[in-house]
Formats: sequence, C-alpha cells, structure tokens
Amino acid sequence: MSIIIYSVLVLVLTGVISAVILYFVAQKFKVVEDPRIDLVVEKLPGANCGGCGYAGCRSLAEAIVKAESLETLRCPVGGDKVSKEIATLLGLEAVEADPQVAVVRCNGGKINTTSKVQYEGVQDCLYAHLNMSSEGGCPNGCLGLGNCVGVCAFDAIKIDPTSGLPVVDEEKCVACGLCVKTCPRHIIELRNKGIKNRRVFVSCVNTEKGALAKKNCNVSCIGCGKCEKVCEFDAIKIENNLAYIDFNKCRLCRKCVQECPTGAIQEINFPPRKEKSTIEQTQTIQN
Amino acid sequence: MKTFNKGGVHPQENKLSNDSAIEVFPLPKQAVVFVSQHLGAPSTMVVQKGDKVKAGQLIAKAEQFICANTHSPYSGTITKIDLATDFTGYKKPAVYIDVEGDEWMEDIDTSNDIVRDIKLDSAQIIDKIKEMGIVGLGGAAFPTHIKYMLPQGKKADYLIINAVECEPYLTSDYRLMKEKAEECLIGIEILKKALNVDKALVGIEANKPDAIEGFTQLSKNYKEIEIVPLKTKYPQGAEKQLIYALTKRQVPSGKLPIEVGCVVNNIGTAQAVYSAVQKNMPLVQNILTLTGKNVKQRKNLLVRVGTPLQSVIDYCGGLPEDTGKIISGGPMMGKAISDLSAPTVKTTSALLLMSKKESSRKEETNCLRCGKCVKVCPMGLEPIKIAQLAENRLWKDAEKAYAMDCIECGSCHFTCPAGRPLLDLMRVSKNHIGDLRRQKAQR
Repeated sequence: MSIIIYSVLVLVLTGVISAVILYFVAQKFKVVEDPRIDLVVEKLPGANCGGCGYAGCRSLAEAIVKAESLETLRCPVGGDKVSKEIATLLGLEAVEADPQVAVVRCNGGKINTTSKVQYEGVQDCLYAHLNMSSEGGCPNGCLGLGNCVGVCAFDAIKIDPTSGLPVVDEEKCVACGLCVKTCPRHIIELRNKGIKNRRVFVSCVNTEKGALAKKNCNVSCIGCGKCEKVCEFDAIKIENNLAYIDFNKCRLCRKCVQECPTGAIQEINFPPRKEKSTIEQTQTIQN
Repeated sequence: MKTFNKGGVHPQENKLSNDSAIEVFPLPKQAVVFVSQHLGAPSTMVVQKGDKVKAGQLIAKAEQFICANTHSPYSGTITKIDLATDFTGYKKPAVYIDVEGDEWMEDIDTSNDIVRDIKLDSAQIIDKIKEMGIVGLGGAAFPTHIKYMLPQGKKADYLIINAVECEPYLTSDYRLMKEKAEECLIGIEILKKALNVDKALVGIEANKPDAIEGFTQLSKNYKEIEIVPLKTKYPQGAEKQLIYALTKRQVPSGKLPIEVGCVVNNIGTAQAVYSAVQKNMPLVQNILTLTGKNVKQRKNLLVRVGTPLQSVIDYCGGLPEDTGKIISGGPMMGKAISDLSAPTVKTTSALLLMSKKESSRKEETNCLRCGKCVKVCPMGLEPIKIAQLAENRLWKDAEKAYAMDCIECGSCHFTCPAGRPLLDLMRVSKNHIGDLRRQKAQR
C-alpha cells in the first residue's frame, strides 16, 4: 500500500515542480507577436508562391503589419480585392494596380523555325541556354524545355506539343511573376491584362540584325521601324533591332499589327476584323 | 607508377591519330578572328575596318586584369568588324580578314632554328607572355601571365607541366612532344625562370612511352626537370589531380594550386611560351587533331587561329556519312559544335567526328543506387546526391554538398549504368550557386 502512496506522491510533486518551472520559463521567453499578423494571413490566398518578393504569405503579412503604407506590399495573386480587405483591416489606404498577366514573347517554336541542331542534354532551359543558342538558331528565342511550367504554382502555363512553346492560361495566371524570374532568356513578361483582356504586344525578343533574325525564324521582329512610325500614341520604341510596346501608352488601335511585315506583333482577344484592309487585299488580288 | 588517389575511370584510349605527323594547314582565303578568346574580361579592339594587317600584329589589347591580347594570324585586309557565330551558335565580336600572302611582322622569327639562350629576366618574361597573348592551352584559355603574378606572401616550390593528355582520341600534345621536344623543354626552362623555382615536374601518362623516353633523354641537358611517368587514368590532366599525383599535396576546397606551392601549365602552353619569348611569336596558331573512328584521313594539323572549321574537315576528306556529333575537344569534356561555319580559336585542340551510335546518349532510367558515381568521382563528391538536389532545385543544399568543387570531368556520367545526366545537373547547380553567390556579393 505504502508503495502506491509514495509513487503517487513523487509523481505529483515532480509534476507540480515542473509546472512551476515551465510557467516561469514560459514567462521569461515569451514571444509577443502582433495578433494582426494572423488576421492578415487569413486574408491572403495562402499559396506561398513568393510572387510578392517575400518568402511566403506569412512573411508578407509580417511586413504589411509593420509597414506604414501598402505601396510596395502587394499580393499579386489576391489583387485589388485582397489589397482592399487588408487596407480596411489595418486602417491603411488601399493601393490599386491594373491586373496583369504573364505573356510569352516568342512565337518561333517548332512551327516557325527549322531545327538545325538537336539538343539531347538534360531537360532544363538554363543548361540548354548555357550550351547552345537554340535548336532553331535564334540566340534569344524560347528553348521550350519548360522551366516556367515547373515553377508555376497555379498550373497556369503549359507547353503546347505542336508548337513547342509555353502557353499561358489567362484564367489561371495570377501574375505572381515566378516564370518571369525563372526564364533564362527573359522571354516572359508581365503585362497589363487590358480592357476586356485585349492586348497588343511584340511576340519576339531577338536582338539580332533583321536579315539574320529573319533567316532563322519566320515571325521574328526585324527592327524595321514601321510600327514605330505608324503608332500615334508614341507607345512603340525600337532598341537593339527590336520593337517594344509600352502597355501603359498603348491604346489598342492595332495599326501596328497590320503594318508589321513579319507578323511579330500579336493581338489577343480581339473580335475578328471586318475591315477594309482584307477587302482591299482581295480586290488587289482580283485586279 | 604514380597516380591520383581518388576515383577516376579508364575510357578506351582510341589514340588513332598517333602516327600522323604534324602538317601545316594551308591558309584560308577569308578568316574570322574573335576579339576575345580567353577567360575573363573582354579585350579592346585596336584596329579598324579597311586596315592592312600583318601576321602577328596586335588587333585587340588587354586593358583589364584578367585579360589577354589577341593578334592577327594572317596578313591581309580587315574587311568587316562584326559579330560572328562561335561554335555554340552564339554571336561574339570578331574581325573578318581577307588573307593576302603571308607576311609577318619584322621582329618575329619564323625560322625553325632553336634558340637556347634565355636572355630575359623573370619580370621581362612575364611581360613578354602577357604581350604575346598566351593563354592556357589545356582548354580553359586562362591568361597565362596571371598565374605567374603570385599573390603576396606566397612562394612556389614546383612548376608542374601537364603533358598527360588523358582525354581519349586527342594526340596534339603527343605529336608536339615528339616533334618539338626541345622547344617544349626550353619553354619549361623559361617558365621556371619566370616563376623563380628550382624544380619542374613533367607528368606524362604511361600510354605515351616514346614521349617519356624522348623527354627523359633530352632532359638530361637541363637541370632539375624531372619527367614523371604516370599511370593511365582519366582525369589525370585536371589541375588538382595532377598536383596530387606528382607531389602528394592536396589543394584545399575552393583554393588555387599556389596554396600548396604549385603552378600548373600545359605542355602546349610551354611550347607557346618558348615561341613567344625566344622568337617573339604571338599565340596565333595551335595544333589541332582531327580524328574519329570513321574518319579516313586522321590528321594532326598546325592551324592558324580563325580558320573555318568546315575547311579543316574538308581538308581531311569531308564528313563521314553517319556523323552524329562533331565535338570540339575530347569526348569526355569537349563541347558539341552546332555551327560548322564557326572559326577555330586559340584553344581548339581537336575536332572529333563521332558516329551516331557512338555519340547517342544511353536511355535514362531510374537510379540503381549502385554508388559507381561516388566511387569514380576524383573530387570525392556524391554526384547522385547533388544531381537529386539539382532536380529538386535545392541550390543551397547542393552548395553544402560541395557542388562547386566539381571539376566537370564527366566520370560520373560516363560510368552511370542508368544513364543519368549527372554532369548536366552538376553544371546546372554550379551555375545557380554561382548566380546566388554573385547576388550575395552585390548586396
């Protein structure tokens, strides 16, 4: 009988002493965390994609709680909606930005270039980029090995098997920018989604001289400057034999698309043209 | 027989072009010379379009620390200064020369007489090496004079000459040792003087017995040049492996050979130094092996820098029918060529034409966990572990696994029974780690 009593007593005593020690230790090393961090984390999408530039949603939340304005602290996935919610929660001013989407600026691929060499190394764009120009011969074009597909946390980018080029799913893309950072050739760019998702952009990043670029790829920008001249809004600039359309200035008039001799400028989500130009063309052919 | 301690493989030697003597390649009609042909900062061009140049004239000057001069290999007119495609398909600034005759600069001695007296002192020799644009001909194209400007407080004990030629197929160094042995030895003597060391060790693999014999005979005329036969094993020509094989000293991770008192140069570089110092000849030509199992006329050619690769192949009977890959360099470390219109550079030591069967990769399967890659790694790394980390994009962990110590010899990839692209993944991780380090340094 006494054995049971002793053991119970010893256990109870140890328990009490440990509890007291633990209590004081817990008081001593208490971590005070801003309770608002948890509230902000709840509002964030929780994908931990790193598109905001922070390690994950929680570290963004920590930065937001400390900050005085939301100017640079923006969740690209949540967009304006999340930004507003967080702003009201913390009593700050919401910063609005136009929704963006990733755009692949290469249209070469298997269809518009002819393969001159065969790559059989490891299927990694970075490695291929270090070792050769590309199968089609363009030193700036897409390698089609899918590093962008690998990093996308939202399943929004896929390689099209016929063209061998990445295709962005507009519905799924949240413009986190991971693919932009990954692409060793800086082909992918974040551009404004535009009114009714309509966009006009130069689908080429080749900086070689016109003749050379055209030799390797049917749809490359040759830097002829026709688009720059036709643009009424001063949105197009030619640099290093390559045209670039500033999406903040572009008014989607699409004159440059018609003017481009190689078809390097692309229009997305526009209704089919009914215009004169096609009629004129057919007429000239008839004549 | 001496050799290095860890790992290594022994691929089939295939030294098929051993018996063909060095032939002088005829001058091309038009040549393309890259402005920068070395590792480091680009050099600055000093000629203009329309200029008449003579062979040996300076066309690009080294203005930064790790940089080398480039000279014109031909006499003629510069018709164009533009970007040209190198053999990987990338564009680099180059000088196009229309070759007219073969007129050398007046102060260059183009005769075959051997000049034995070394008149210059140590500092003058290093200046001369710099002036003549000598780069490491072992393959890396590192400017040679930098190696001889020792950091403060360091002293060299040995000059090590790499005459190993451990890559299969290559025979350019072997022919050089056989035909120009005395020039090589005088070159070594010059380098010894430049470095201010008493002893030079020349490592030659045992599969070149006549080179060993010839060198040993001749070296009796010189003080303290020891010829050391080494067991045939790849990658013996790697700097750290060769130092261990010859001196049993181990270069610490991430450090240079001077840390253990050694400076390593290739035998080809020694011969180039001889020509530069004794005959005022800049580095404008090198010996190129054209070989392959299906090639009818395998040759060792003395080729001027800037010769189109296509013309070299045509000279040796054209491309064999089932060529799968053309490789610049040896089969283990060489790079596949994507454009034959590209010209040769200072370090083009071989053109290897491989058949489709020989050059195709093994089908890739899952890792068998056999551990062969670990066994053969001469640096004592775990290639499969680093490859797995690279596949999962864990660059920091790969850095902790010493990925940066990899010398890219390819022994792991060569030996892997599952055909895993271990070397590729190793290079990917090295590149990412390099990027991360650079970003860190910028911050």
